[in-house]
Amino acid sequence: MRRGLSVDQRASSAQKPVKGLKRLLSYLKPYRLELIVVFILIIVSSILNILGPYMLGLTIDNGLVKQDWDELLRMVLILLGNYLLMWLLDIIYRRIMTSTAQKSMRNMRQSLFDHMQKLSIGYYDKQTAGDLMSRLTNDMDAITRLLSLNIMFFISSISTLIGILVMMFLLNWILTLVALIIIPLTLLATTFFLKRSRPAYQELQKSLGQLNSLMEEDLSGQKVIIAHGKQGGSLEEFKTYNESVQDTGIKANVLAGLMPPITGILSILNVIVVVGVGAYMLIQGVGGVTVGLIASFSEYTRRFGHPINQIANLFNSVMAALAGAERIFEIIDAEPDVVDRPDAIPLDTLKGEVRFEHVHFGYDEELPVLKDINFVAKPGKTMALVGPTGAGKTTIINLLTRFYDIDSGKILIDGHRIKDVKQDDLRRKLGIVLQDTFLFADTVMENIRYGRLDATDDEVIEAAKLANADDFIIRLPEGYETELSERGSNLSQGQRQLLAIARAILADPAILILDEATSSVDTRTEVEIQKALLTLMEGRTSFVIAHRLSTIRDADQILVINEGELIERGTHDELLEKKGFYYNLYVSQFKGLPVEV
Amino acid sequence: MDSIRKILPFLKKYWVGITIALLAMFVMSMTDLLVPRQLQTIIDEGIANDDIGIVIRSSLLMIGLALGSMVLAFVNTILAARISEGFAADLREKAFANIQTFSFANLNKLQTSELLVRLTSDINIVKSSVMMTVRMLFRVPLLLVGSLIMLISTSPKLALLLLFLLPAILVLVGILSTKARPLFRKVQEKLEKVNNVLHENIAGVRLVRAFVRSDHEQKRFQAVNEDLTQTSTKVHRLMSTLMPSMILVLNLGVVALLWFGGNMVIDGALTTGQIVAFVNYLHMIIFPILMLGMILPQYYAAMASMDRVMEVIETKPTVVYPEESSKHITEGRVTFENVSLDYDGEEDEHVPVLQGINFTANPGEMVAILGATGSGKTSLISLIPRFYDPTQGRVLIDGVDVREISQSELRRNIAVTLQNAILFSGTVAENIRFGRPEASDEEVIAAAKAAQAHDFIMEKENGYQAAVGQRGMNFSGGQKQRLAIARALCVNPRILILDDSTSSVDVETEAEIQIALEELMEGRTSFVVAQRISTVLRADKIIVLMNGRIAAEGTHAELIESSLIYQAIYHSQLGEGILNYNENHIEEKRYA
Repeated sequence: MRRGLSVDQRASSAQKPVKGLKRLLSYLKPYRLELIVVFILIIVSSILNILGPYMLGLTIDNGLVKQDWDELLRMVLILLGNYLLMWLLDIIYRRIMTSTAQKSMRNMRQSLFDHMQKLSIGYYDKQTAGDLMSRLTNDMDAITRLLSLNIMFFISSISTLIGILVMMFLLNWILTLVALIIIPLTLLATTFFLKRSRPAYQELQKSLGQLNSLMEEDLSGQKVIIAHGKQGGSLEEFKTYNESVQDTGIKANVLAGLMPPITGILSILNVIVVVGVGAYMLIQGVGGVTVGLIASFSEYTRRFGHPINQIANLFNSVMAALAGAERIFEIIDAEPDVVDRPDAIPLDTLKGEVRFEHVHFGYDEELPVLKDINFVAKPGKTMALVGPTGAGKTTIINLLTRFYDIDSGKILIDGHRIKDVKQDDLRRKLGIVLQDTFLFADTVMENIRYGRLDATDDEVIEAAKLANADDFIIRLPEGYETELSERGSNLSQGQRQLLAIARAILADPAILILDEATSSVDTRTEVEIQKALLTLMEGRTSFVIAHRLSTIRDADQILVINEGELIERGTHDELLEKKGFYYNLYVSQFKGLPVEV
Repeated sequence: MDSIRKILPFLKKYWVGITIALLAMFVMSMTDLLVPRQLQTIIDEGIANDDIGIVIRSSLLMIGLALGSMVLAFVNTILAARISEGFAADLREKAFANIQTFSFANLNKLQTSELLVRLTSDINIVKSSVMMTVRMLFRVPLLLVGSLIMLISTSPKLALLLLFLLPAILVLVGILSTKARPLFRKVQEKLEKVNNVLHENIAGVRLVRAFVRSDHEQKRFQAVNEDLTQTSTKVHRLMSTLMPSMILVLNLGVVALLWFGGNMVIDGALTTGQIVAFVNYLHMIIFPILMLGMILPQYYAAMASMDRVMEVIETKPTVVYPEESSKHITEGRVTFENVSLDYDGEEDEHVPVLQGINFTANPGEMVAILGATGSGKTSLISLIPRFYDPTQGRVLIDGVDVREISQSELRRNIAVTLQNAILFSGTVAENIRFGRPEASDEEVIAAAKAAQAHDFIMEKENGYQAAVGQRGMNFSGGQKQRLAIARALCVNPRILILDDSTSSVDVETEAEIQIALEELMEGRTSFVVAQRISTVLRADKIIVLMNGRIAAEGTHAELIESSLIYQAIYHSQLGEGILNYNENHIEEKRYA
């Protein structure tokens, strides 16, 4: 099966790496002060670090060579102080940097999450949950590594570099120039690898996303896989994607890993050349070169190599992080489809009149699902939506809740176009019980309270009683405090429906929408709920999508939808008289029943 | 060191690569060690003696060594990448494969987002460590040992002094490791919590929007996010004291060296060149120590993660099917013998779900199971394909205990539609033949027709090749249910179990499905968890469950006479009256 490919994996943006990096680093902006402090501390620490070999040279020349005891002691004590101070500074700046990096990551995660709360349902329908999750885990990981470890190395490397250069220059500018040859060479090597490693990392992050999609889908549907004994097939498919991750991983890591040896050897060559030239100069008696100087210089050049190495390696981390960052920015850059207009009006008390006028809609431009729907639901009336599945009933609900926007026509609530109303206000006024009851891993009490967060425990229990859920809840191991497992899977379907209904009752909405909620509940309980709902629906406009004619029989108006069109409307009796579509539906309920009616 | 033992078996198959990498590292380290020696030669012999020849020769030697070192580094890098990626892939596969042995009960304990974190983040952490290890950890002790050897050969007296440094470093490492490991584990746990909130918000987005709970969810996320951040910060701060401290220890060594060594030079016991070489070797030790300081934290993190991955790999399934079995399902007669089922609640609680269930369904019978919410209907039918094992009693198929039948035999002969119709991304045809991939196109279409799905499938642009979106997003609830039924039918089973699978299907269509099923299931056994009277009426046997026990059993005709409970349900459905039913006390109220 073609898996995990619900979304066309868009070609990664042709963003230049620099732009991406800038954007990534902007998350550090709020911590400018801390970074400055860190920067300063690193520089001071690096200076101290560099003074080491210099003082070493001094010690050798002034203390050892001159056989001066006192000088030796003095130098040694200075060195000691130097190293202790370095240690202290190192710990301080690392602590600051760590917490700064962690906070930046936290902010990034939060802003990502917050943005996702704004995106429209349409966006979620087009992505796989697994791929979205991968962006927030795998891709985040790559960025974390960059921000937490490597930035410090970068700063310390640069400052060490500068410091060393300065010292070297002061000692002997000729040799310094010789040592600098390494820089253009390293740059060349780096660019060569970068060009190749970036696409490799992009491929890797992509395969990770695909594997994640597959795993998420399979693990979510694992029970079905068990039911059909398809574990083997599931595993086979997994292997394919797993291999892909392995291959792209090897490629990316090899490319990244080839760089350090190259920069390493360049560094050694550098030392050799410098020492060689220095020795030559000494032998020739040129430029004031002493043995001690060569010793110091060899040390410095060696030291010089490390930061260059680190900076070069840093580029690889940057590539990896950027690949991850791009995928995260894709989410952040996505715009919601359904937006509040700038002048959106708040919706206060609702009477609850709903009007559909010439509404046309299709999830896909080419395939209209609803064609020219017109109806009026007066406040407090119960409207039943009836029709074969796929006819468009759930779509009407999606439009009423503005999960999607209509293609043409108008939907009006109390005379206001819902497009003109704030989305949040609209949904607060609607009470919805969906087909797919989704409960959270939390207590029963909290799940019901989700309908109205400021409700008291008593109000929650009252709502549960009205929904006839109280009976089974108090029989649960911990009653209302029972923890539900993911998606409430430790309850039966019917029990979950009841909780969902209790939640809606608690929300006390002006407009009630029930999407086939009651049909998963057994008939006895359904009767109880119906009684409660009748009371609840009093004075509220309600839309009921159900297939049970016993449910909709008492509706004030029945809207018969077939193939996207509203073909009949009226009360139960009126429609029976028409002897049309509805009549056929009704009669079929009694097919095969003994004639007792 | 428990974790190391657990990792080793996975690394075994790469022993060749690891050995070569080790050797490469070894030689590389040797060459790296010789560099300062050459330096010493250049200074002491070349420069001091004005001998350009030696300078040139030594330089060339150094270049040669460096080149060799580079080639070896290449070898090492490539091997490290292959080994670590292969290892990670193996680990992932092992974990995923074990998850495939999980029973329903196992899945209730370890949920999707938890499993995902372990399969991705945790494995990545372990992988990074393996890679680091292959690339550097061999180098580190070798460099250390090598440098020490060089140091000692240069001057044994000075070297002795330095051997005090090493224990100090070991103590540092020891203290930090005991603190770090449990913290790393905590970090992963917090990560799971973050992922959980995320997953709920992605999968349950409609709910969050419908109830306008975005603000609430943002606060919820903020809480777990902050929690993760704090724990992460704690552990990283701890680790960040490691490196500077180790460097300090070494620098103290340099100071000591200069003092004591300096005295020895002044006394004429050492040369300046030797001191320079010594210092260089000391600094050479700094490099591996630095590496250690970087690697160790990762190592602790890896151990914590490895534990978590092993949990997934080592979890034993609660239901174990016999590997092979000679027992076959021939007719499809299902017998429940005194079956009881308890559900494992928190803290060893046992909640009874079914008690004392006894009945037989004969081949060719259609058995309807009625009952209130939570009466045990789903649990009952879950025992037939052995998704769970009964706590007491036996479930027999054709006289054989289901525990003696192999999984493939069970799946081949029993098809179930679960309450939630879950589809997978792929084509419609692929979804329908999911349970029996070798089904022919005609069989697929026949199954779809019987499930009353054929018509709406043909209306889609690509018909049976139409794509099914993630979780069947692009089909309505009723369509998904029908596709799930088609999927079950395509298996061509002896026993068919439909768990409330037509709740979203309209009555007319459901009736048509039933008629088709009657034909298809001729001579075969079917179980239907029913809501609608129309379904029940056709049943050969109706079982009414109440609180986990069978309250009534019989045909419609029998029950309408004898069972008050059944009458209550029947009449409520037809709306002739509503009976106020109470377990202990039955009242009858009629509407005017």
